[in-house]
Amino acid sequence: MILASTLTTNLAILVLAGFIGFVVISKVPNTLHTPLMSGTNAIHGIVLLGGLLVIGLAGNGTFNKVILVIAIAFGTINVVGGFLVTDRMLEMFKSKPKAQAKGAEGKAAEGDSPDAKDKAP
Amino acid sequence: MILATSFLQGQSFRDVLYIVAFALFIQGLRGLSGPTTAVRGNRIAAVGMTIAVIATLINPLEGNWGLIALGVALGTAVGVPAARQVKMTAMPQMVALFNGVGGGAVFLISWSEFRLTHGYTNTPTYIAIFSLFAAIVGSVSFWGSNIAFGKLQEIIPGRPISFGSAQQIVNLVLLILAVAAGVDIAAGDHSQGIFIGLLVCAALLGNAVVLPIGGADMPVVISLLNAFTGLSAAATGIALDNTALIVAGMIVGASGSILTNLMATAMNRSIPAIVAGGFGGGGVVEGASGAGEHAGTVRSTSAADAAIQLAYANRVMIVPGYGMAVAQAQHAVRELTKELEKRGVEIGYAIHPVAGRMPGHMNVLLAEADVPYDQLEEMDEANQEFSRTDVSLVIGANDVTNPAAKNTPSSPIYGMPILEVSDSHSVIVIKRSMNPGFAGIENELYYEPETQMLFGDAKAAVSEITAELAHI
Repeated sequence: MILASTLTTNLAILVLAGFIGFVVISKVPNTLHTPLMSGTNAIHGIVLLGGLLVIGLAGNGTFNKVILVIAIAFGTINVVGGFLVTDRMLEMFKSKPKAQAKGAEGKAAEGDSPDAKDKAP
Repeated sequence: MILATSFLQGQSFRDVLYIVAFALFIQGLRGLSGPTTAVRGNRIAAVGMTIAVIATLINPLEGNWGLIALGVALGTAVGVPAARQVKMTAMPQMVALFNGVGGGAVFLISWSEFRLTHGYTNTPTYIAIFSLFAAIVGSVSFWGSNIAFGKLQEIIPGRPISFGSAQQIVNLVLLILAVAAGVDIAAGDHSQGIFIGLLVCAALLGNAVVLPIGGADMPVVISLLNAFTGLSAAATGIALDNTALIVAGMIVGASGSILTNLMATAMNRSIPAIVAGGFGGGGVVEGASGAGEHAGTVRSTSAADAAIQLAYANRVMIVPGYGMAVAQAQHAVRELTKELEKRGVEIGYAIHPVAGRMPGHMNVLLAEADVPYDQLEEMDEANQEFSRTDVSLVIGANDVTNPAAKNTPSSPIYGMPILEVSDSHSVIVIKRSMNPGFAGIENELYYEPETQMLFGDAKAAVSEITAELAHI
């Protein structure tokens, strides 16, 4: 009974997340689709958590440990690499409105966040 | 004190942190709606990821710290230099590779779960089902992404490789075998041989699906594989009862699906048709036979002449394609347009949605060369502008300008929306030779009367035009 309710709760979360995803992603302009893709790529690197959870469980044999270390390494590449490369790309887009000084939207000031160094683990 | 510690290690505290993490993911992605907020958005998502990882590590059951450190160190050692050094032109390969390792992690986790529970013994069936789904989709995504990487990196030929008409049957059989193995395991078979068989079938399927897909369809494939990895991560989340994984995976699944759909629409191709493969196969033959006996003639021009035409134009549209990126000509192009702007020429860049090898790729390359946003025009916008454009300068773009997409029903690209370059008063095409493009289709634009060809390397040719401008 408890398990069934866990499943339905998780399915509800799944469905809602899907709708939120559609709404949020639809607002991303074509211009930013490459960073969007590498950014979402970094986010699905969250499977790293799966590796961390399973490797912590008792009863892993040597072979399991090997594949889980590989899984964690893969997940880390995905997360760290993904966020870094997205940051690199977006920096290129960011500098433009200031240099151009067209400032049609007057949003240029918002582009500064000098302190925030990359937080990828 | 003990109470506080137990709270911090408790399930509910972890769940709260996961909620914070996925809220940050969503907030971060909202930032991507505009260039000025995007950098911060990405960093917000990265903070969310850090929180999610910390939340997982404070689990009291957590152990094997040495192995965790080893895995993270290995991943960092590979991921950081790769992300720092990759060229913007190689971004599609990089994304394919990162996507692939994500899928790899998913199927490895499923495999370890299977082994740990001795074939899902004493495990609810739904957990087995989601874990098996993740194993199949993750494995398809891992192998498919690696093949896509190989094709983009040109380790594997970009042209379709397939078993011909038997391809779809082979794919279907592999899919049925993988699903059948999954059903067998979910129904209570604990044999690891079957699980490995499932992984092998899914691996072969990943290879068999992507190998027959031509290079021009890569933007669709990469988006689709991105969606796959996202969905498999969400399935892993349900199998492990982890909300952060469910939400993050599902959002990526949604994002990948939206992009796949956009790319397929931009090519006027249905997703099943692309996955069924073989694009460009017929076109190569047709193009090759048509090339020799083409009715029109090709006019070639010189850099000096091109410079004169550009200098006296009121409006010039640059039509960049992947060839420009390969030649690293974007900076040279930017220099040329700066010169022209000084002379009062109005400049626009016409960007086809599938210019480049992944969605939005061309914009990244032009942003790198400091091209201002207001000059980047999307296809529909640009198509309205061509009729009042004096000179269209096509640099390394081919299939996206091919009028065959409008005029020749037998062409494999018939029906694909194109940049209607031939509406402009004159067209100058910079191209290395008359060889057909990535999709292997002859371009009729080159034989039209208003078109002039400037043969040569894109970067050299553009620099030459800029140099000639100085003499005018």
